[in-house]
Amino acid sequence: MSFGRTDTSTLGRWWWTVDRWSIAALLILIGVGVLLTMAASPAVAERIGAEPFHFVRRQFAFLLPSVVLMLGVSVLPPRQVRRLAVLGFLMAVVLMAAVLGLGAEVKGATRWLTFGGLTIQPSEFVKPTFAVSAAWMFAECRLNPGFPGKIIATGMYVVVAALLLAEPDVGQTLVVSSIWAAEFFIAGLPMILVGGLVLLGMGGGVAAYFVFPHVQSRVARFLDPQAGDAYQVMTALNAFRHGGLFGTGPGEGRVKLVLPDAHTDFILAVAGEEFGVILCLAVVALFAFVVLRGLSRLMRDDNLFIVLAGGGLFVQFGLQALINMASTLRLMPTKGMTLPFISYGGSSMLALALGMGMALSLTRTRYGGEEAER
Amino acid sequence: MKFFATKRPAPRIHAGEDLQASVAAVRLHGVRSHALETGRTRLVATAATFFLAFAVVGVRMVDVAVLDHAGGKTKSAPQARSDQIDIERADILDRNGVILATSLPTVSLYAKIHEIADPQEAAAKLVSVLPEMDKAEVVSRLSSDRQFVYLRRNLTPRQQYDVNALGIPGLYFEKGERRVYPHGNLVAHIVGMTDVDNKGIAGIEKRFDSALRTSRQPLRMSLDVRLQTVVRNEVEQAVAEFSAIGGVGIVMDVNTAEVLAMVSLPDFDPNDPPPSSDTRMFNRATKGLYEMGSTFKLFNTAAALDFGSATINSSYDARGAFHFHDAVIHDYHPENRWLTVPEILIHSSNIGAAKMALEMGTPTQRAFLTKVGLLAPIPIELPEVGVPQIPNPWREINTATIAYGHGISVTPLHLVTGVSALVNGGEYRPPTLLARLPGEAIPGERIEKKKTSDDMRQLMRMVVTSGTGAKADVPGYLVGGKTGTAEKSVNGSYRKKAVLSSFIAAFPVNDPRYCVLVMVDEPQGTKESHGFITGGWVAAPAVARIIAQIAPLVGLQPQKELPAPAAKGIVKGTGSREVAAVE
Repeated sequence: MSFGRTDTSTLGRWWWTVDRWSIAALLILIGVGVLLTMAASPAVAERIGAEPFHFVRRQFAFLLPSVVLMLGVSVLPPRQVRRLAVLGFLMAVVLMAAVLGLGAEVKGATRWLTFGGLTIQPSEFVKPTFAVSAAWMFAECRLNPGFPGKIIATGMYVVVAALLLAEPDVGQTLVVSSIWAAEFFIAGLPMILVGGLVLLGMGGGVAAYFVFPHVQSRVARFLDPQAGDAYQVMTALNAFRHGGLFGTGPGEGRVKLVLPDAHTDFILAVAGEEFGVILCLAVVALFAFVVLRGLSRLMRDDNLFIVLAGGGLFVQFGLQALINMASTLRLMPTKGMTLPFISYGGSSMLALALGMGMALSLTRTRYGGEEAER
Repeated sequence: MKFFATKRPAPRIHAGEDLQASVAAVRLHGVRSHALETGRTRLVATAATFFLAFAVVGVRMVDVAVLDHAGGKTKSAPQARSDQIDIERADILDRNGVILATSLPTVSLYAKIHEIADPQEAAAKLVSVLPEMDKAEVVSRLSSDRQFVYLRRNLTPRQQYDVNALGIPGLYFEKGERRVYPHGNLVAHIVGMTDVDNKGIAGIEKRFDSALRTSRQPLRMSLDVRLQTVVRNEVEQAVAEFSAIGGVGIVMDVNTAEVLAMVSLPDFDPNDPPPSSDTRMFNRATKGLYEMGSTFKLFNTAAALDFGSATINSSYDARGAFHFHDAVIHDYHPENRWLTVPEILIHSSNIGAAKMALEMGTPTQRAFLTKVGLLAPIPIELPEVGVPQIPNPWREINTATIAYGHGISVTPLHLVTGVSALVNGGEYRPPTLLARLPGEAIPGERIEKKKTSDDMRQLMRMVVTSGTGAKADVPGYLVGGKTGTAEKSVNGSYRKKAVLSSFIAAFPVNDPRYCVLVMVDEPQGTKESHGFITGGWVAAPAVARIIAQIAPLVGLQPQKELPAPAAKGIVKGTGSREVAAVE
């Protein structure tokens, strides 16, 4: 693809203003995801009695729509991104409420809605749209002192968190809480309240421990792996050891034969075993690159809404990756969290594509005349 | 290309902006830049946090995958917790900790008769949950005039629960335990078994009965169940293939004299033992006494070489049959010529062996056999040991026949222990069934010069490369050995068709680690063996299969084959293969 510098068409401007390095990093991540899905999922599919390429096929079906969605959204100007996000947020909240009434229960949680053969998880879409919508409220509040933006944003957060906890989905609640807290923080929350918020977060964690039995059992297993069934994590750690620096080679891994979640939450263990810690470090580097480069580009921007929305989106993306990797490496109790763009999961993939599309749009270089606010 | 902006661009000022700005716009601009300033600082803090978190994840990855090789790896299979269970009899383990015998807590059901209200009803209820009990018998027991009767031993927890749930007054449970042998037949002859009162009545269970009762420490045996399994499978196959009546297989570590595997077929399941009179209960490996046949030529040769009455280059007249006193000694594979010492072993010449023995004399032979432990009961930790049958008086004719393994009966374990001493550099150590500590120095008794041991290893290798033991060869593991085919004497006369075929091997002969014996009792010829029932056809292939399987298990790397041992001039080949092998 090539455009002249003087090309002022929509695509031409997009090409010269969008962050092409971030796009490259995201596409590489998606490529690694394709590789690892092919490595990990046939074993899982065979175990549950499906044909070996069941998951691969389904994941591939989402691949092209996701890339198109991401690049398509990144072409939109910030104002339209905001509209898209607000509309998406309202829809996602409605669907999440519907999930509680109509959804199918899988593995003890009600998270999925079925639309004629297509299963979607609305809570995946609520995260990026919430990040942008809440950022708008925070920014308006900061610029127009009379506007009750903080209260609206916090109200949105409470609604989303309540719906997530009802599913229950503690991991996603943690992510949404972090988005809200990070935006509040960037929007200039007084430091004393920052401290209070940290305490509140800890309190929330403790409360989750006492309210949800599955959280309790996961924490107990994290603290004392011998006491209970920490089977998945211990197996994952052994997979990393088995793989060592360069891995056992494609197809030589054993962990995928025994781990139920080898293609989703524990896909990094499969990567570690078959392709070695080298590939895993490359994946960490790619995630870190996308997040840090995104945040650093936001620093050049003059628009508070863009700084907040972009910050929220990158926090969501980075945090999901961190939670997944840290659980797999037994740095924290396991959370049902997928590795962005790499784990199997159609809703997750599309929602992340939407979020990163918006982030790419917001981090485009803008020159004086086309500020989002005007 | 810079990936991360280090410098924030200065706020842009458009031409005429300051002139157009209203008061409100200026205020807005101030608020905005203040908010942006805060936002940027806090973005930096957020980015720094993420950077740290990603770094921690990366470091942890390297830590787990590359640096942390010690922790977390489990060496043995996970085991259920058993700390709380108080067991009266200690476990018996193999050398790697695999359970060979353990005790499970059980309960026995008994009744106090005078508390039973209605024997009929109680029996009916009891039979409903324990259907294998006979109702009439239960009624008669419950109606007896004793105080107390046992109704059933060893109830499972489930059965105990069911009986308890019936709520019959007068029934009680007594705590007990039951001995379980998870490997069934595999180690039956060695581990032995206990009676219903948990008292050892055979094997290790009997020999160490008091130790097992008093100690909580499990007893660790020298056996390796992996090797035991291989040996049992292969001996079983040889016995089946040649329709034999029994078989023995032994693997010994030649340097420590630990018995790693010892199988006697037929065997039994100690969890469900046959009556004690059953022949399957007989341990051929330590109690069975056999005239071993030609494998004894190894001892004969070593004795002569060590004594100095023969050298490796000596030769003996093996033409025709050898008439000695009233006896006639024949060769099974007659060469009808003078044979060198290696040739006597390679062709297994009885005449040559007998002449060697007569040359060194009875006292020398007897002294050597005493040193290698063949004339005394085998000092193994089992109650079931046979006492060797030795000629008394020991005449010259005995000396001649003992040279090739007739006229003296020893156990298979005697043979393995003796050959281990021949090849390990010349030191005899009593065999043991208990695991030695790794690196433990075991004092040995010198039976021969180091040089004699070296010669014996070379000779045993030649038997495999150029002689009757060809089928025992396993490429890469340098097998040396000797065949034996002994006619069994029944009521004083030898029967041609009833033989004991054996093969004793040591490997790798350049630095022997293990000694392997396979013995097949009364094999019948098959089409595949062209009707042969000799050790070279019956036992040698089984030995080869055993070595091929156990060598990788004990961590031996196959070696590049060296040229055949330098035996130039001392072996006259009869076929081109042998000529090529020695020249």
